[in-house]
Amino acid sequence: MVEEVEREFPDMRRLISGQWLVLLLLPASVSAQTSAEALARLQAVGREGAGNEAAAHAWKAIVRQGPAVLPLILQAMNDADAIAANWLRTAGDAIVERTLAAGKPLPAEALEQFIRQRQHSGAARRLAYEWLCRIDAKAPDRLLPGMLQDPSPELRRDAVAAALRQARGRLDQGHKEAARAAYRRALAGACDKDQVDLIVKALEQLGDKVDVAAHFGFVRQWLIVAPFDNHNDAGFNSAYPPEKGVDPKAVYKGKDGKEIRWVAVTTDDPYGVVNLNKELGKQKGVVAYAYAAIESPKEQPIQVRAGSMNGIKIFLNGQELYHRDEYHHGMEVDQHIASATLKAGRNELLVKVCQNEQTEDWAQEWKFQVRLCDAVGAAVPFTQRLVQTNNLPKRGKEAKP
Amino acid sequence: MTRLLLSALLLLTVHSARAGDWPQFRGPGGTGIADAKGLPVQWSVTENVRWCAELPGRGVSSPVVAGGRAYVTAASTYRERRLHVLCFDAVSGEKMWERQLAATGPTLCHPKTSMAAPTPVTDGRHVYALFATGDLAAFTRDGDLLWYRALQRDYPDITNQVGMAASPVLAGDTLLLPLENAGDSFALGVDVKTGRNRWKTPRRRDINWVTPFVTRFRGKTAALFQTAGDITAYDTDTGEILWSYKGNHLGSIPSPTFVEDLVIVPGTPSVALRVGADGNPQVAWKSHKLKAAYASPVVYQGRIYALTDIGVACLDAATGQEIWRERLGTGFSASPVIADGKLYVAKEGGATSVIQLGDKPKILANNDLKETLLATPAIANDAIYLRTEKHLYCIAAKK
Repeated sequence: MVEEVEREFPDMRRLISGQWLVLLLLPASVSAQTSAEALARLQAVGREGAGNEAAAHAWKAIVRQGPAVLPLILQAMNDADAIAANWLRTAGDAIVERTLAAGKPLPAEALEQFIRQRQHSGAARRLAYEWLCRIDAKAPDRLLPGMLQDPSPELRRDAVAAALRQARGRLDQGHKEAARAAYRRALAGACDKDQVDLIVKALEQLGDKVDVAAHFGFVRQWLIVAPFDNHNDAGFNSAYPPEKGVDPKAVYKGKDGKEIRWVAVTTDDPYGVVNLNKELGKQKGVVAYAYAAIESPKEQPIQVRAGSMNGIKIFLNGQELYHRDEYHHGMEVDQHIASATLKAGRNELLVKVCQNEQTEDWAQEWKFQVRLCDAVGAAVPFTQRLVQTNNLPKRGKEAKP
Repeated sequence: MTRLLLSALLLLTVHSARAGDWPQFRGPGGTGIADAKGLPVQWSVTENVRWCAELPGRGVSSPVVAGGRAYVTAASTYRERRLHVLCFDAVSGEKMWERQLAATGPTLCHPKTSMAAPTPVTDGRHVYALFATGDLAAFTRDGDLLWYRALQRDYPDITNQVGMAASPVLAGDTLLLPLENAGDSFALGVDVKTGRNRWKTPRRRDINWVTPFVTRFRGKTAALFQTAGDITAYDTDTGEILWSYKGNHLGSIPSPTFVEDLVIVPGTPSVALRVGADGNPQVAWKSHKLKAAYASPVVYQGRIYALTDIGVACLDAATGQEIWRERLGTGFSASPVIADGKLYVAKEGGATSVIQLGDKPKILANNDLKETLLATPAIANDAIYLRTEKHLYCIAAKK
């Protein structure tokens, strides 16, 4: 078995230093070499199932090691892509399930230590939390109150859910001020739309207003130009002039040779939705571009998260970040996600929103929304500066998201 | 040596899909017909429930049963980003194992469906579970991970935002995957032992939910893939086209089926095709009495049973002529299934009608589980397995 491993994966460069550290701390019953090599095999699975057979052998070898290898599995998830992470997750789940079925203990202390160390992968920490909760019913009460700003989206969601239960309890007891404070605490951590909606509704019933668009980091001020041609959906891959550089004062030749200009649009929708049918008039077989100048106080990694039921492309500072050529199959907050970096100062965000030529009643919507947030989904700091156009000149007015 | 052979034979018997099993969407061969007798006619949340298991998440996939194990998939957490494969002892309901995957593809879908929409398929020794996210995993019957694919990572445009729902099916040692979408669209033949591609062939670029039907043509095993615009038979070993029929308004959700020498293609109208000696399909009949909606038709003893908007219609398979139709109300997502001369029709509200088949139908019972019921029932051995929104029920007569 080990010879086979070495032949197929002779070097161990994929193992990060942290994994070696955990290996050194493993109990004598655990074969460090087998574990390390097996984990490396899981991390080596490639496209179209390449490496699956070796990974299946490795999976069994890891599971045979039993619960002592759980910290190593979690550590390996730090360095794993989504595919390897699922191989590791199922191995860990199998170990936990079989260990508990045999009436044997899990390494509770090591699991809790791993959960508390925020530098680890959020998915791995949540997995450790799930395992710990199976043997320790008090773990949520002990851990979740400190996780409202956790970098793991799942753990933060758990923490917000716990805070919501607490707020609801205060409200049920008639303690309105305590409830308001608890809902505000929950809101500070909430990034998922369903939880934010619940909190906002509760706060509004208590007389508080929430700027939902600001909470999520929706971009509200845009310049829009349309229509460019999208007959037969061909416009999606046609790079019209705005993709080569935005000049807010430019006059373009649009669909059917019509002269078109940028116009300023500000949305007051709480979820930042820009309804292009409303702003530009209902059109089919067309492309619109939306441009926003984003001022960032610092260089910062971000996610650009968009929603649209139209074909969409997203560009930041001239680089295409994302595309999806799909029409009228639904729109959700955070439907499309792209990772990027905002540079300090001015950044140029460009969104291409394509409308096709379907005639069904359900295929008429033409709208989009975009927000800027971190990897957890919390809004990042930025401001918007209105840009002067030929149509609606405005100058110098700043708006926070 | 003899004992060893006997043990090996016993192992084969236990582990292989066999008579009485329900190994895939719509059961043995995708026919919707179970080889079962002694099933209960009446049940409720308390009556004739052999066991009931709470599920960790939503799903519209059907359970599958083979080798004494019942498998089901589910999706949970915010926006169904967590995917579950569960295995139960088919008789006792004891949970044997559960494995979870983090979704690697997008999870937006129509609220009626779920990331756990495709029904898994089993050969009795392994279970192959596909999710609408493109996550595809093969487990042994004991829960060991045999292989795993994140198809959306391999082919970024295969998912759609209504929700993929067509189920994988087995043809020998090839797993057939219908991955038909507006962005990227193809059929995939995957080696069941390794999860690697055997073949990949392009399909019509349109969103589609039809589970393929496996049959034989001229000594070759063929898989029938259907979209709104075509039904095409592929050699399951190579992915080569054996024949193809282009049509208009064929169904994009219900599966085709096969009777005698006719392929029944659900659509508006539905079409019966006869594949001639020259390999070309010819239209035997067309019928507007059999309209395609969600449910797939089932063919039993020369008759086609199909759901209409308000009930069930019975047609002569040879001619397409309607024999009878019966009102059952509205709201069908699940496909009807047949066992022991009775038709089982599950309704979205949670009731399952049991209808005695014959020249005139007779409604024997309407059994309400009072919970959303979108999944096609599975019938294995002496039990009916019903997957509601939150539970897996094993319905069986008391012994």
